[in-house]
Amino acid sequence: MADAGNKNRANKSLRSDLGRVRGLGSAKEGVHHWWAQRMTALALIPLSLWFVAALVFMTDVDHATAIWWLGSPLTLGLMGLFLIALIYHAVLGLQVVIEDYIHGHATKLILLLLVQASGFALGAAGIVAMLIIVIYGG
Amino acid sequence: MASRPRPISPHLQVYRPQLTSIMSILHRLTGIFLSLGVVALVGWLMAAAAGPAWFTCAQQVAGSIIGRTLLFLWTGAFFYHLLNGLRHLAWDAGWGFEIPTAYRTGWTVMILAAVMTVTAWVLGYWARGAF
Repeated sequence: MADAGNKNRANKSLRSDLGRVRGLGSAKEGVHHWWAQRMTALALIPLSLWFVAALVFMTDVDHATAIWWLGSPLTLGLMGLFLIALIYHAVLGLQVVIEDYIHGHATKLILLLLVQASGFALGAAGIVAMLIIVIYGG
Repeated sequence: MASRPRPISPHLQVYRPQLTSIMSILHRLTGIFLSLGVVALVGWLMAAAAGPAWFTCAQQVAGSIIGRTLLFLWTGAFFYHLLNGLRHLAWDAGWGFEIPTAYRTGWTVMILAAVMTVTAWVLGYWARGAF
């Protein structure tokens, strides 16, 4: 009798059988994606304004001037933070767009992997470039 | 378990375009476009690290008509996404959901984004001695 009662309750559950078997409830990650998207957005307010303001005054700089600016410890630190927050924020945003509009399972998975791999690659390349400038002076 | 056909929401093309819906779509489009700008930014940093020849080449690409057009569009997308992002953060904090407020903040974002984009470019040309 107890089993029959459980079964009845289970059938009235809002979750589908497939959803229950896969076990992919929101408890697996909760609000992490949502929260990270907002926290990177907050970090990007000052960082992106700093970056754009700097670029506005550097439209015709030569290599030596660019290296002088990029090679300072302050620029290294801020650019590192900017790149990480920017790429993290972009990957999270593109992930949502892909999940919303791409419905083929394989295509979706491949695109998500491509976006994340590109994010890691671009972040690594940007930071290595900054380190080369700081250490070797470009 | 067989599921009954459930009501689905009408898709974009059946709605009359409104400021609020257009701005929501624009937020996504500018986000995607700005993501492409990350490639340009990292490319520019790599060119600076690779030496004067590469950097001069990168600066010439950035200064070309196509480069300037892209940079102008990126500037506009940046200020729009930044300001509308602040609007989104205010919504997340529970502020500004009333329809008149949403329209007022919406127009503010549109106008401020245009003003800041033009200001940034005027400052940029002024800084290099164009006038």
